[in-house]
Amino acid sequence: MPLLQVENMTHYFGGLRAVHNFNLEIEPGQIRALIGPNGAGKTTIFNLMTGIYTPTEGRIILDGQNIVGLQPHSVASRGLGRTFQNLCLWRHMTVLEHVMMARYSRLTYGLVGAFFGTALRNREEAASKAKAMELLDLMDIAHLADQTVTNLPYGAQRRVEMARALASEPKILFLDEPTVGMTPEELDQMLGIIRTLHRDLGLAIYLIEHRLKIVMELCERIQTLVFGEVIAEGTPEEIQKNPKVIEAYLGKEAVH
Amino acid sequence: MQLFLQNLINALQWGSFYALIALGYSMVYGILMLFNFAHGDIFMVGAYIGFGVATGLTALAAMGTLALPNWVILVLTILISMFLTSFVGMLVERIGYRPLREAPRASAAITGLMIGIILETGNLAILGAERIRFPSLIKSTTYDLGGVFVTNKKIMIVVVSLVLMLALNEFIRRTRWGMAMRAMAFDYVVIPLMGVPLNTIASLTFALGSGLAAAAGIMFAIAYPVLDPYIGIIYGWKAFVAAILGGRGSVKGACLAGFLLGFIEIFVGAYMPSSVRDLIAYSIILLILVFRPHGFFGEPHSAKLRL
Repeated sequence: MPLLQVENMTHYFGGLRAVHNFNLEIEPGQIRALIGPNGAGKTTIFNLMTGIYTPTEGRIILDGQNIVGLQPHSVASRGLGRTFQNLCLWRHMTVLEHVMMARYSRLTYGLVGAFFGTALRNREEAASKAKAMELLDLMDIAHLADQTVTNLPYGAQRRVEMARALASEPKILFLDEPTVGMTPEELDQMLGIIRTLHRDLGLAIYLIEHRLKIVMELCERIQTLVFGEVIAEGTPEEIQKNPKVIEAYLGKEAVH
Repeated sequence: MQLFLQNLINALQWGSFYALIALGYSMVYGILMLFNFAHGDIFMVGAYIGFGVATGLTALAAMGTLALPNWVILVLTILISMFLTSFVGMLVERIGYRPLREAPRASAAITGLMIGIILETGNLAILGAERIRFPSLIKSTTYDLGGVFVTNKKIMIVVVSLVLMLALNEFIRRTRWGMAMRAMAFDYVVIPLMGVPLNTIASLTFALGSGLAAAAGIMFAIAYPVLDPYIGIIYGWKAFVAAILGGRGSVKGACLAGFLLGFIEIFVGAYMPSSVRDLIAYSIILLILVFRPHGFFGEPHSAKLRL
């Protein structure tokens, strides 16, 4: 059974059809990518699957459960982690706090415990901190734990976001253009991190990318989205040769 | 020197009231970017709920059904009233503000003013226009500390307020809810995607703010035991000024500015006729805000993250 399955998802913003008849299957441990030109609706698809929007039609099955209509926080706590295209970090919170915050749904202690500092609260918060430090270590930013995020260079902020997405222990990770705006060096490191997550943690990853070169290196299967519709799907080699994809990226002239 | 210390103690007492109320304004602003203009009236409701609880418990004690000593009644009154008032706050959020979360902030602010009027007039309708007297739970004792006179009530008020503020600080810094509240100051969009339910955090913030306002209301009623349905207006506005002065959304700022407001009011009052006290005190604050428009700990850019 696939970990994530989307069937015939369609979404309208008013009269505008943003996504049309979108289908997707991701097996546990698989890396897949969604590519496409600006404005094709890639981020909309992420927003639909993470519960920010509810699709007009279609089903989304995560780990055997239909998640259409669930609130974003319920979707997230069912095992879907996500990063954002334009870094969405919380200014003036520290790196460690970002990651600990995202462990909210993994903690169980109640308000009484919170007010009176029960043993359960202290134990859970301590375990949460240890787990957060582990993730920062994995991202190679453990030494920055007590820095506020606004002080960090861009590449490090990206890693904070990645650690935060992993903190809720997702089964599948959605990455929205994780390498956008990076220097070549930062980009290489980020590719290394994504490979590590895939190989060592066995995470399923669904990636939005702008640049073909990156997905070609990382992914087993790629979908190409243009104007809300998947125009091509296949292995990197197939996608690279597909005339429709070349047309969408380079214009009609290039095909002939 | 004696006069100074005497004024200092009064200033601490008033500062406690302002700080406790200002916290509610500031925390709600922090997460919803909205000043809950009904908050002063929550302070009033808290005082009235405290009146009900205290009267009930005193009556039970007098009948001998539940013979509690007065200090236990006092502690219970504060705790039970904080608890009950927090539900009033949650109700205000649920009915008044949640449906307007995507609406322009001005609409929500006007809703707040209306909720305030409803609470005042609702109280008037239920209990009538007569002022009520808060039962005297602790006998006033005055200590003479080298010419400075301190009552046990003032000590109690300042100590309880400081304990509540420290507890709040601990809650915000060290618990998952507190962290969620702080993160929610920056966005609505990412937080749910990290598994945090926004509505729960919004309810909790109103509950905390209202609980603190109730504590302020009861302690105010202990110091000045005559209550009417409109006491929330003037103190609400003054605490609102403290919240602005401290910096919108800043818990630390609200506490400090609450006390500063108490100090300015009392010390201006000590050297000026009482008729011009507020005029001068609030002109000083206006002047501070001219130079620090975002308050002490406020942020110039308070727009939330959007996707």
